Amino acid sequence: MQVIAHIERTKKTTKVELPAKATVKHLLEKLAVNPVTVLVTRDQKVLIETQELKDKDTVKILSVVSGG
Amino acid sequence: MACKKCQTEPVYVLQNHAPLCKQHYLHYFEKKVLKTIRTYKMLEKGDILVSALSGGKDSMTCLYLLHQYCQKQGIPVKALAIDEGIEKYREQTLKDAATFCKTYKIPLTVLSFKKMFGFTLDSYLKDHKMNPCTACGISRRYLINRGARELGATKVATGHNLDDEAQTLLMNQFKGNISLSAKLGPMTGALMHKQFVRRIKPLYFMTEKEVALYAVLMEFPVTFVECPNAEGAFRLQLGEVLNTWEQKYPGTKQGIVNSFLEILPSLREQFKSTKQAIGTCESCGEPAAKTLCRTCELLEKIKVKKK
Repeated sequence: MQVIAHIERTKKTTKVELPAKATVKHLLEKLAVNPVTVLVTRDQKVLIETQELKDKDTVKILSVVSGG
Repeated sequence: MACKKCQTEPVYVLQNHAPLCKQHYLHYFEKKVLKTIRTYKMLEKGDILVSALSGGKDSMTCLYLLHQYCQKQGIPVKALAIDEGIEKYREQTLKDAATFCKTYKIPLTVLSFKKMFGFTLDSYLKDHKMNPCTACGISRRYLINRGARELGATKVATGHNLDDEAQTLLMNQFKGNISLSAKLGPMTGALMHKQFVRRIKPLYFMTEKEVALYAVLMEFPVTFVECPNAEGAFRLQLGEVLNTWEQKYPGTKQGIVNSFLEILPSLREQFKSTKQAIGTCESCGEPAAKTLCRTCELLEKIKVKKK
């Protein structure tokens, strides 16, 4: 299946190929993003790592690190 | 997986693996912050509070919760923002800060480097080779303390979270500045100088991710932007390392801070003599460890007089 991930920090959108029943955790692994550093939302709802994704889902990845 | 309290959709999983829905997460967060305020007796009747507000998620969450608490306790709350003059960054966060204060009817004062020191951080860095976070941190801390005091504050709150504290502790450790750690903790500024306003950190035990989640769920007007000067900063690099450890070994940051809190009384005792040595800046009258405070030392380099 394919999931569309919009990364807020870089304002980049990327299409990610994932196996069926893949979760948020799988998506972040594929994108090499540490789950501790982001919030993931779908339809403006926050998802936890074990949440299953569906084909053609669009998710937003929001970095929580402010730095400085 | 469902919320352990009401079986609805979860938004967060606690370190003990308990999932929480939005409503129960907000309750968990607020209860923990309230416990921190009460445990450390951060505020008492008669206090006047100034909360430092950058317009980011941490300071906004901190101000919101303190405003709620102080309204019940009859403690006046004001917000203080510092405009360092960082292009393509501070303008937006100050706009967010103003929107937030207008919504909750909190008086907001903005002090700028430009007006107070005669330069912006951007212009200073253009002309001087210096770590931007050091120059910014020194001047910002100065203005927060002075601004809070001039607003009549007996306490000044900052949005420092667990990640910030763990990073600072490691930075001090790595740089061999352990005496600086004696000045950390949930409540600081006990140094005996009449110009110091005591600092409180109500978000001390909340991780950066927890604070971000709270701000998002509460729909605060926060733009998640990173300071352009943060790239390559030692703090940011250390934060990445800590987050890698946190992912592998959950509870790492909490462990660092808890261990520190156990030795903090001994550290403060050990560096007591340093505390007593706090004097007054010959140039501006603010607290200083040497003849000049660090802000005046900075200004001395460019020969600017504070207003």
